[in-house]
Amino acid sequence: MSTVKLTVNGKAVAVDVEDRTLLVQLLRDHLNLTGTHVGCDTSQCGACVVHMDGKAVKSCTMLAGQADGANVTTIEGIAKGDELHPMQAAFRDNHGLQCGYCTPGMIMSAIDIVHRHGGQLDEPTVRQELEGNICRCTGYHNIVKAVLDAAGRMKVSQAAE
Amino acid sequence: MGVEGIGARVVRKEDKRFITGKGRYVDDIKLLGMTHAHFIRSPHAHAKVKNIDSSAALKMPGVVAVLTGQELVDDKVGNLICGWAITSKDGSPMKMGAWPAMAPETVRFVGQAVAVVIADTKNLARDAAEAVVVDYEELPAVADIQAAIKSGAPQLHPEAPGNQVYDWVIGDEGATDAAFAKAANVVKLDVTNNRLAPNAMEPRAAIADYDAAEEHFTLYTTSQNPHVARLVLSAFYNIAPEHKLRVIAPDVGGGFGSKIFIYPEEMVALWASKKVGRPVKWTGDRTEAFLTDAHGRDHITHAEMALDANNKIIGLKVKTYANFGAYMSLFSSSVPTYLYATLLSGQYNIPAIHAEVVGVYTNTTPVDAYRGAGRPEASYLIERLMETAARQLKVDPAQLRRTNFITQFPHQTPVIMAYDTGDFNASLDAAMKAIDYAGFAARKAQAKSQGKLRGIGVSCYIEACGIAPSKAVGSLGAGVGLWESAEVRVNPVGTIEILTGSHSHGQGHETTFCQLVAERLGVPISQVSIVHGDTDKVQFGMGTYGSRSAAVGLTAILKAMEKMESKAKKIAAHALEASEADIVIENGEFKVTGTDKAIALPMVALAAYTAHNLPDGMEPGLKESAFYDPTNFTFPAGAYICELEVDPGTGKTSFVNFVAADDFGRLINPMIVEGQVHGGLAQGIGQALLEHAIYDANGQPVTASFMDYSMPRADDLPSFNLSHTTTLCPGNPLGIKGCGEAGAIGASAAVINAITDAIGKNNLEMPATPDRVWRTIHAA
Repeated sequence: MSTVKLTVNGKAVAVDVEDRTLLVQLLRDHLNLTGTHVGCDTSQCGACVVHMDGKAVKSCTMLAGQADGANVTTIEGIAKGDELHPMQAAFRDNHGLQCGYCTPGMIMSAIDIVHRHGGQLDEPTVRQELEGNICRCTGYHNIVKAVLDAAGRMKVSQAAE
Repeated sequence: MGVEGIGARVVRKEDKRFITGKGRYVDDIKLLGMTHAHFIRSPHAHAKVKNIDSSAALKMPGVVAVLTGQELVDDKVGNLICGWAITSKDGSPMKMGAWPAMAPETVRFVGQAVAVVIADTKNLARDAAEAVVVDYEELPAVADIQAAIKSGAPQLHPEAPGNQVYDWVIGDEGATDAAFAKAANVVKLDVTNNRLAPNAMEPRAAIADYDAAEEHFTLYTTSQNPHVARLVLSAFYNIAPEHKLRVIAPDVGGGFGSKIFIYPEEMVALWASKKVGRPVKWTGDRTEAFLTDAHGRDHITHAEMALDANNKIIGLKVKTYANFGAYMSLFSSSVPTYLYATLLSGQYNIPAIHAEVVGVYTNTTPVDAYRGAGRPEASYLIERLMETAARQLKVDPAQLRRTNFITQFPHQTPVIMAYDTGDFNASLDAAMKAIDYAGFAARKAQAKSQGKLRGIGVSCYIEACGIAPSKAVGSLGAGVGLWESAEVRVNPVGTIEILTGSHSHGQGHETTFCQLVAERLGVPISQVSIVHGDTDKVQFGMGTYGSRSAAVGLTAILKAMEKMESKAKKIAAHALEASEADIVIENGEFKVTGTDKAIALPMVALAAYTAHNLPDGMEPGLKESAFYDPTNFTFPAGAYICELEVDPGTGKTSFVNFVAADDFGRLINPMIVEGQVHGGLAQGIGQALLEHAIYDANGQPVTASFMDYSMPRADDLPSFNLSHTTTLCPGNPLGIKGCGEAGAIGASAAVINAITDAIGKNNLEMPATPDRVWRTIHAA
């Protein structure tokens, strides 16, 4: 057992876990943050994507101990109170989700994509960047629309800040 | 149409919880004292189970129990069932071997469970499973249809000699032979419909909780049809009588058919929770999903089409072998028969059809309904045949289709189905216009000048949905009726709860079903909630599959609404001292037509519940229910056209355009309908280009993770160009046909027709991987 200390969604936490515990297990089983999902166990589907120190990571493929000292943000931590993150709002407004299972990972990956590409996003770039997130419901059509829509909204909201 | 009524693009009510991480899927639920199950699964495709030694595992920390298949037998837990009886052409019933939830004696596919470890945590259960020693005696295995039907092939079940489940026929053989005898042209085609893994993103899961004091079970499970699960678990598996078993399907992360069936794991979890006296949770991992979720498709077919001198189809002969895997899953028997062969007429006027379907056991994962279920296989076959015929006869493939379209309705096909309405020319026109079919030749020439092979492929599909009229399916062997139920509860404050037997696992019922209420009463959808997925709340229902939830489920809601409105109008008329016939419902008010007299819905509701001043003899309350049984299937149809380029140097396919023109009858929420089409197209294109569940000759699965099985990803797919043409379905009052499966049914043929057009060679099997396409281009 080890004690892992990290910040999750702005709160400092210390969790005693078996050394083999994965970050996703720490989030889901120990912190009850069940918005982060497991879809494949092999780093392929991206349902487990969270942000660690500002970068998208697959939480099913790293040990909780590797997040010691890190700042982790999950799907539960991106809205400001009742105000949705622009990416969340864009997924809703563009019908970018159906069953919702891949959605948290999609949104976390998509925010990271917009951060990395700024205003330079186009459809082929979004499609290529989403390669590590699998959705079985939407055929990606509306997810791509949502990401492009949110990229515009995030630029506006950053400009306003 | 109001802003939230029928036809409005309302954003989904359910989305907030999903985009904020507050969805509640089975694996998100924890119960006090919950244990965790890990199944021990056969690594062999066919073997005798000689011995299971769990002594070392039982000594490990946190291990509660190790339970085996023999204990299931000892406790008289029933075997899994197949719910649709098919009769072979010789009059004999289909031949099935028993499918125990955990194998006591013989395993017949890789992944079949033989035992389960129950422990305090998931990791401890996995650790202990490693310490259970199972002694297997390997037997020879067969993994594909050809191997299974050879004489001398290893046999799976003594009940089914030659590994044959049934040999079933439909249609008029004599009339079909006569048509071929006078044919001007005959077109022949051999087609393989590749095996697919459904891969809903949420793996299956179950939590079983036994209450010893009440002798009552609660099961949380990833189900598309919780009431059917309860019925089967009660009536056939001896788990508990229905009133002692509550089945809850909370948020479910996609189904595509794979979550219709009652699987061994939830049965074992229920049984085990009683044995160990604690709740038992099982959550599958992705490899378990590949090994145990029912697969789809897997047919091989030889077909021949007879045409007269005017290119009119006069006959169709089909022989199909369908791979069922190692056991007959819940609805598997119906898929290659009544869901497949009954659609072989396609959109065409074919006077004589004869089809023979042989169901075959192999040492592979069981096969059952996967999005479209039989109809994609039929549509793919017909649309490949049409394209082949056009090439052979040197006529335009779109024109050949027009020459043969059914244009008069109703139309009785020679294979049971009576198409009620449609306009196949209209959808083909819309698709051809959208893709600029006339300009294709110029684009092809342009692409050629850049070294690319450009192709165009048409697919005109039809499907039978709105499953299904109970009497009709009963006469064909179904073990259940396929009506739907609904209940409308108007609360004393005027808010409304709709209870439905349909189940949403991505389809957006919490929004579309509210839109019907908004349309009829003029109340905002925020005032309405949809209750589903819990057998303690909803009395009964048949669940969601077969594009049935709008055509059947929503119609049941409409019927209940009409009853509720009728009573509410009586109350309003009494309060307003008006004639009931003069009451109209507008904007949430009951008005006396032509006057300014009105009473708001909450006041009517309150009057119903206070019962201080109701019409004489009226019962208090405002709650009505209805069961709706459709009178016919519905027949969504449409035209898909795919334009693509093939790089002759690599065999890689790139989409140029994909257009879909669908006729779904009335649309409740076009945004959600389009989403359904997008997803279906992705699955159809996935089948055509990428997906293939492969076994080696010994029955070892080669594709059991997302690293090996090629799921469609964002950069494999184009954006889609959708449009709708509309003929209202005459079979239900809302005119709805259903939209959930169309994309998966129509897309594959459009893609393969386009690739084979591009490369100028007609024979190409799915999935058309770059390797396969390159080899086909360069084959001698």
